[in-house]
Amino acid sequence: MSSVNGKAIQRATPKVTQAFDPSQVRDDFPILKQVVNGKPLVYLDNAATSQKPQAVLDTLLRYYTTENANIHRGVHTLSALATEDYEGARAKVRRFLNAKEDREIVFVRGTTEGINLVASSYGRRFIGPGDEVIITAMEHHSNIVPWQMLCEEKGATLRVIPMNDDGELLMDEYDKLLSKRTKLVSVVYVSNSLGTINPVREIITKAHSVGAPVLLDGAQSTPHMAVDVQALDCDFYAFSGHKLYGPTGVGVLYGKAALLDAMPPYQGGGDMIKSVTFAKTIYNDLPYKFEAGTPNIAGGIGLGTAVDYVTGIGLERIAAHEDELLVYGTKRLAEIEGLRLIGTAKHKTGILSFTLKDIHPHDIGTVLDQEGIAIRTGHHCTQPVMERFGIPATARASLGMYNTKAEIDALVLGLDKALEVFS
Amino acid sequence: MSQLQELYQEVVLEHTRRPRNFRKLEGATHSARGYNPFCGDNVTLLLKVEGGVVKDVGFQGSGCAISTSSASMMTEGIKGKTVEEAQKLFTAFHGMVTREQGADFDAELLGDLEILSGVSEFPTRVKCATLAWHALQAALTGRMDAVSTE
Ligand SMILES: Cc1ncc(COP(=O)(O)O)c(C=O)c1O
Repeated sequence: MSSVNGKAIQRATPKVTQAFDPSQVRDDFPILKQVVNGKPLVYLDNAATSQKPQAVLDTLLRYYTTENANIHRGVHTLSALATEDYEGARAKVRRFLNAKEDREIVFVRGTTEGINLVASSYGRRFIGPGDEVIITAMEHHSNIVPWQMLCEEKGATLRVIPMNDDGELLMDEYDKLLSKRTKLVSVVYVSNSLGTINPVREIITKAHSVGAPVLLDGAQSTPHMAVDVQALDCDFYAFSGHKLYGPTGVGVLYGKAALLDAMPPYQGGGDMIKSVTFAKTIYNDLPYKFEAGTPNIAGGIGLGTAVDYVTGIGLERIAAHEDELLVYGTKRLAEIEGLRLIGTAKHKTGILSFTLKDIHPHDIGTVLDQEGIAIRTGHHCTQPVMERFGIPATARASLGMYNTKAEIDALVLGLDKALEVFS
Repeated sequence: MSQLQELYQEVVLEHTRRPRNFRKLEGATHSARGYNPFCGDNVTLLLKVEGGVVKDVGFQGSGCAISTSSASMMTEGIKGKTVEEAQKLFTAFHGMVTREQGADFDAELLGDLEILSGVSEFPTRVKCATLAWHALQAALTGRMDAVSTE
């Protein structure tokens, strides 16, 4: 394991047999053995961030112990190894998203930076006064604020596709919003506060019919369903490594090469240039044009391992397992008197957002935490969604591949306890 | 008593259900808004201060059990007190909920507010308990902008 040249890379091959049994993957996640407040950890906050399998942890340790070096500019062995692994991770992500070329994969800090990159670079160059950007009523703040900033700067207008009481987009309203003024459509593939899976294929086709490119916020779709950017025909796709069982601080922006090529750099600095004189700088090729400065090398390589890990299990199987849990969880929660599920779309992923009588979600969170159950409470960075449903906050249990029916049962018991405390 | 029972004592829950001085105060001389962007809790505090004494107080807003009951108990605690006394109470309350495990606090000065001492065992909830108090501080020092506990 410690030999540098005979580099033994820990393969991320989870030992899962055909029928998905979460206990087979649970062993791969050391943190799940934690005891919290005297109770075994029940981790139901996967939409915020997911836990990391041992293979990812091993990769980070191996990188720092055996090959840490800066990439792309060293003649020495370690630098070459680090560069090879970092670029290898890019290729893994390319295959994972089924992008055409490695240069369409830009490493960023996460979804937020991916969206900001498009807003700053594509937006500033191609969006002007009178133009319109379309988003949806269920966006995360990270897919609202960058567009508001852009629109304010450019005198453009932000349009919002509304949704119904189940948390489904009103596609008729989308049709009405589309026009030749539409210069970009940026939508969340899967809502983090409602779980809704949006009809992005249809959204993309329609946007293209008026000549507008589409950016998909893939923060919540990537960990839970197979994504093929060519089949979707999206123009940009952003996701975060840390929600995909990978490290924090690294994510990906996919962009069609032709679009990325036409865009100006996002940040200036080292690595993004071919040559610099005080008179003129020649920018580097894709994707380096968008990767100024030393990137999160360990994180990128770790993300590559996370992609291997997830692919090894298969996203179809992960999705099937999470679906089954979602159905079970929805049924169990419906049995609790006074519980209101927020987000009841026909097509959704494993996100159970709810309110319980008049108990404030924050208090629910504290009671559950005492039971070792981690959920998220608050507005989930989607304040307009809370406003749409007329509530200040929700409690949200969000599922990952390692969650079990027993954990849903623990959640239900915890909620009974909350009802008892606040009776 | 478990930590949870200590946090959510019956008196605390009673203040949550029926907060005292929960109204819009007419003729207020001082006011401030407290907002916690993390959970969306917000409180608007209105004070009538005459001759250096808090003659009347009212609050409005929405929040969790801890922030609501703390605001309610605070209004009871400061009514009729001088501005100076109210500020001392703020310091004592803040000290109580942020203290290290087992550390002392000024129970005598705090009186009924001691019931919220269990908050110190829940570091993630300290901001809930102090939201109204920060608004008090802002109102008394004349800062009319919203204060934030984040
Ligand atoms: C739908 C959605 N978009 C964007 C983000 C932002 O991701 P990050 O904070 O990793 O940049 C999140 C994370 O919570 C999310 O759920």
